Amino acid sequence: MCASVKYSSRGPALIPRMKTKHRIYYITLFSVVLLGLIATGMFQFWPHSIESSPEWTLDRRSVHDAPLVKLPVSSPIPERGDLSCRMHTCFDVYRCGYNPKNRIKVYIYPLQRFVDEVGVPISSTGLSREYNDLLSAISDSDFYTDDVTRACLFVPSIDVLNQNSLRIRETAQALAMLPRWDKGMNHLLFNMLPGGPPDYNTALDVPRDRALLAGGGFSTWTYRQGYDVSIPVYSPLSAEVDLPEKQPGPRRYFILSSQTAIHREYRTELERLKEENGEALLLLDKCSNLSQGMASARKRCYKGQVYDYPQILQESSFCVVLRGARLGQATLSDVLQAGCVPVIMADSYILPFSEVLDWKRASVVIPEEKLPEMYTILKSIPHRQVEEMQRQARWFWEAYFRSMKAIGLTTLQIINDRIYPYAARTYEEWNNPPVVKWSSVSNPLFLPLIPPRSPGFTAVVLTYDRVESLFRVITEISKVPSLAKLLVVWNNQNKSPPEESLWPKIAVPLRVVRTKENKLSNRFFPFDEIETEAVLAIDDDIIMLTSDELQFGYEVWREFPDRLVGYPGRLHLWDHEMGKWKYESEWTNEVSMVLTGAAFYHKYFNYLYTYKMPGDIKNWVDAHMNCEDIAMNFLVANITGKAPIKVCISYLLACINKFASVFGTMPLKVVEHRADPVLYKDDFPEKLKSFPNIGSL
Amino acid sequence: MQAKKRYLISLLTGASLVLLLYFGGVPGPAPATSRHERARGGGGGGRRSGQPWPHASEPFQPFSPGDETDTEEYNAHVSPRQKREVHASVYRGKRCRMDSCFDFSLCRRNGFKVYVYPQQKGEKISESYQSILAAIEGSRFYTSDPSQACLFVLSLDTLDRDQLSPHYVHNLKSKVQSLPLWNDGRNHLVFNLYSGTWPDYTEDLGFDIGQAMLAKASVSTENFRPGFDVSIPLFPKEHPRSGGERGHLRANSIPPFRKYMLVFKGKRYLTGIGSDTRNALYHVHNAEDVVLLTTCKHGKDWQKHKDARCDKDNAEYDKYDYREMLHNSTFCLVPRGRRLGSFRFLEALQIPSTVRSIHQDKILALRQQTQFLWEAYFSSVEKIVLTTLEIIQDRVLQHTARSSLMWNSHPGGLFTLPQYSSYLGDFPFYYAGLGIKPYPKFTAVIHAVTPLVSQSQPILKLLVAVAKSQYCAQIIVLWNCDKPLPAKHRWPATSVPVIVIEGENKVMSSRFQPYESIITDAVLSLDEDTVLSTTEVDFAFTVWQSFPERIVGYPARSHFWDSNKERWGYTSKWTNDYSMVLTGAAIYHRYYHYLYTHFLPSSLKNMVDQLANCEDILMNFLVSAVTKLPPIKVTQKKQYKETMMGQSSRASRWADPDHFAQRQTCMNKFASWFGGMPLVHSQMRLDPVLFKDQVSILRKKYREIERL
Repeated sequence: MCASVKYSSRGPALIPRMKTKHRIYYITLFSVVLLGLIATGMFQFWPHSIESSPEWTLDRRSVHDAPLVKLPVSSPIPERGDLSCRMHTCFDVYRCGYNPKNRIKVYIYPLQRFVDEVGVPISSTGLSREYNDLLSAISDSDFYTDDVTRACLFVPSIDVLNQNSLRIRETAQALAMLPRWDKGMNHLLFNMLPGGPPDYNTALDVPRDRALLAGGGFSTWTYRQGYDVSIPVYSPLSAEVDLPEKQPGPRRYFILSSQTAIHREYRTELERLKEENGEALLLLDKCSNLSQGMASARKRCYKGQVYDYPQILQESSFCVVLRGARLGQATLSDVLQAGCVPVIMADSYILPFSEVLDWKRASVVIPEEKLPEMYTILKSIPHRQVEEMQRQARWFWEAYFRSMKAIGLTTLQIINDRIYPYAARTYEEWNNPPVVKWSSVSNPLFLPLIPPRSPGFTAVVLTYDRVESLFRVITEISKVPSLAKLLVVWNNQNKSPPEESLWPKIAVPLRVVRTKENKLSNRFFPFDEIETEAVLAIDDDIIMLTSDELQFGYEVWREFPDRLVGYPGRLHLWDHEMGKWKYESEWTNEVSMVLTGAAFYHKYFNYLYTYKMPGDIKNWVDAHMNCEDIAMNFLVANITGKAPIKVCISYLLACINKFASVFGTMPLKVVEHRADPVLYKDDFPEKLKSFPNIGSL
Repeated sequence: MQAKKRYLISLLTGASLVLLLYFGGVPGPAPATSRHERARGGGGGGRRSGQPWPHASEPFQPFSPGDETDTEEYNAHVSPRQKREVHASVYRGKRCRMDSCFDFSLCRRNGFKVYVYPQQKGEKISESYQSILAAIEGSRFYTSDPSQACLFVLSLDTLDRDQLSPHYVHNLKSKVQSLPLWNDGRNHLVFNLYSGTWPDYTEDLGFDIGQAMLAKASVSTENFRPGFDVSIPLFPKEHPRSGGERGHLRANSIPPFRKYMLVFKGKRYLTGIGSDTRNALYHVHNAEDVVLLTTCKHGKDWQKHKDARCDKDNAEYDKYDYREMLHNSTFCLVPRGRRLGSFRFLEALQIPSTVRSIHQDKILALRQQTQFLWEAYFSSVEKIVLTTLEIIQDRVLQHTARSSLMWNSHPGGLFTLPQYSSYLGDFPFYYAGLGIKPYPKFTAVIHAVTPLVSQSQPILKLLVAVAKSQYCAQIIVLWNCDKPLPAKHRWPATSVPVIVIEGENKVMSSRFQPYESIITDAVLSLDEDTVLSTTEVDFAFTVWQSFPERIVGYPARSHFWDSNKERWGYTSKWTNDYSMVLTGAAIYHRYYHYLYTHFLPSSLKNMVDQLANCEDILMNFLVSAVTKLPPIKVTQKKQYKETMMGQSSRASRWADPDHFAQRQTCMNKFASWFGGMPLVHSQMRLDPVLFKDQVSILRKKYREIERL
């Protein structure tokens, strides 16, 4: 916007010297040019004009403008990588420090062009497209800092992705010349194609002191567990080809081999498999007689028939990923993208990101010597698992393989998780595809545990001004053996609670909490006064539950401490207007919610309700003075994936619709059972039953 | 013409202005790429201000020329087969990996079998090592025939390799070398708890382990051979041999913070290895919520090294009770000792305090995970040993090995046998975690022991009633009767397939065989004389869908501790609680068939087969040991109990007076194998929602259950 103002101020300066009749013509012409310019250059000019800074003149737009650094022959060479390096020996965590966001800061060295004494560059390709993408992605991410003194991790702008294009000694010298190199401490190098002919080392051969290596193709002998990061070999096809996600399920071919550089020993084995199993296997190789102009990387052939690669990968359930000279293969990325389950045969290979990814859920790893048994092994895998793996494979590609950005940021996140282990991503966060994250539950109360009876429960009674009814409720509840404490939440700001002497005398402590606002949510506040796990939420008008019924409710809660345990339709409600008992007449055979007018639940859900309730549900409930129980049912079902025990059925459809939209799903689970004491209504002497006074009303 | 000239001039000016702007020659707006374009690796030079990283514009070359892999030269590397052989010969000793130092072929013949060398006379074996050997010998992996074995375990005590220790075994080197099967330690597993001694505590065992795997406490990353060695916890000699206590977490209090935030109590060493960590602890100690106590009293001559803080520290140390501190702290510090591993680690696991965290939810989850790990893998020597063996077995199984989820979530790797299925959804434990549901039908398995003589026999009524259930997929009749199979037409016509299987040995345990014809997740196990209505079956199945990891059944039994006789008692009386449901009529996940057959030792299964009794008790023990929860009893019609108790068929085993006494004996035998009583009591029964409610019977879905 600023830019366009400048142009128009330039424009009139030229115009006055011209004849008036041409003026309009020129102005129009100029406007057209200007408009075109704005239209094409809008994105380029816009951001800068907003964040223009005096520093910008230091900007370098081109790699060729990067300063040239001449490496003296005698320039020091770092030591070879130290195999015993671990985070606690070769990494200075104190540089990362404690920071509230639990996020490491990454610095990228400015671009320099290193040349040897005679002016030959250290790398034949210079900065590659992929490394440029990677560095751009890091500099755009939250990890990035331009303040070298605050950085925890340093990324050189020397591209070592492909060792083949490097001059090893000179590259090492260049690394050592980096201003903060300090024996490679806290430096991170990215390499995808390590080693070189004839023996192809499985880690970058460039001497690099203590630098961390994010390498593609590590073997178990070169990978320093917990220090290096194993990364994929990026496949450029990821960006070129758009393969839409395909539904998991059986496909035309069972096994597909699409690699072109397979050692003849293995190709012979594959051909033998093909002979035995026929159509189930498709064994592709490179095309020998393609017409000019066709990209050979995008075609595969079998007996003269041409197939499109990587599209053909989508036609197979399993795809072979065999080791080549190197362990890491870019094919793996293509295979994952196609949602084909990779069959990885590369002994001792450290799979990409194996520190966090559970490859057993997305791939089949078979030892190379078992190649002849591949068909039998794969046939033994259950169909549903194959579908699960296909989905998982595709998700791994989408999340961690699809671009250099994904690869780079995943690497940084893994290192970040090591530095701040207490804030690390969980197994589920790393491995569950969104569809599973959405439909599955992660219940923090996952331990199967039946809490002891002795701590008892705390009854929380929400009241406004119905003192008489409240006192009756208190007197009734106080008879329950396991009651530990009674907490009255006084929700009336205009009126003080009755004097202490007027309250019923009961055997357990009774506390009154006065609230600041008359909100329904107050009943679910995790008050410090609640010292037990179990909470009985009860309305001040529920007086028809017997002591046995409440005690039994508590016993049931102990067996299901992660569920809401509420009372059934026999619940009687005091109708103030009519001055008589309302009788709940709506009976159904199914349970999906219980009313919190009388329900046992874990105090943890109070904490969740108050601090972790999604969306604006809490405010909605407080504004409408209604549906707090339904909100609680949604919350618990959403967290635990479990149905409550028992039900009451009166609810408002409006709340259900509202809450279902906030949760984005209908978490409530319907069941058809309820809990009764073992001898309930059995023909058995009442006095021998633990809970005789149940359902006696 | 002039107009034309002017037009040309101005056009040129305009064009040059545009060009100037484009190439940034004019000190005005600087070229900068938008975030969008940058993310695409985009064109246009420049960068965001203040960023030294240029988003450079040139058409870069790709990092790898695409057709490199196609060249023959690239492909002409060493034969992969030769390469594997070279690896095996080069990577030995400290660089051992499964690929190079383990002979997989030994495991291929007989599966994963473990051989323990016979104990030699005169060899002293410590209590702990005896426990380890006993655990292996009692496991399903054990073989007494070395030619069957895939893994070998020494009978020489290698646990304590501290030369100053009384348990130190001398001349181990020559003793090991003289073993005829040693073979440079190939496929051997060596257990070790302590290595090295004062002052440098090296991790050297004092003999050459060759290619043997090491299961060692206190192993550092420097010496640990990933994917080959196994790191085990350091356990004291009092550690229970089997079973073991449950974790001490009883309640998940909210907020989860305890009296102390972080505690530690231990020796300070003053000098030498490990002392710097512990000498530094006092900096963090604040005597309020962070209590880190050290004592200088270590060894005989600690006074010599005594420093200025010692007296004060020693006094502070004695003020606090260790157990009280552990139980009341949110986190426990586990600093290294002389060796890396520490008893504190086990203690901290059992008493649920965790190492460091922030959010309340996270503390809650971490604390629960400590309990899970303790109970699944640490609470007894047997669990530690079995976990070690299972980890090695996973490596041998390779593609069918357990996934991390199986290891790290309840009930843990020891109860999750990967040979059953590698698909998580085939187990009863992961439905919620994967967001899926069990298959909504069941397979009924009827155990038939009496010949089919009349058309009024209970088994035929049962067959018809079960087949009518909307959830029934098929019925399997397990023919465990000595008489030959009845002709096909003798079975009633049903809408679901009826499969008759002839029992292999006609033994009791065969009813829990994982038959391949069971295609559903749920199994309804039935005795031939069971009386059930379709409604009862339907209702029980809907309940099971909510609790797929438990047994859901009708008649229930209970156990109790008989303090007079000091043993477990069994009761079939009507009581207010129960801990077992009879498998003569129960629904459970088919995985438990697999576990029963392949997890339980043959000693227990043989006992069941010989007595032709107790199979239901054993199944209940097994499932409760896995779930740590009671079974679920659903409501039943009244007459059921009486018929169940055996008036119907003459051969009913329930009529046998010995029957009850046997069951008592079984319970105690099972409890000793499980290392404790896994059964858990429940006080509730699940009834249909409107059961016996005062509403019209017509409104009830499961009304048949109430009718007598």
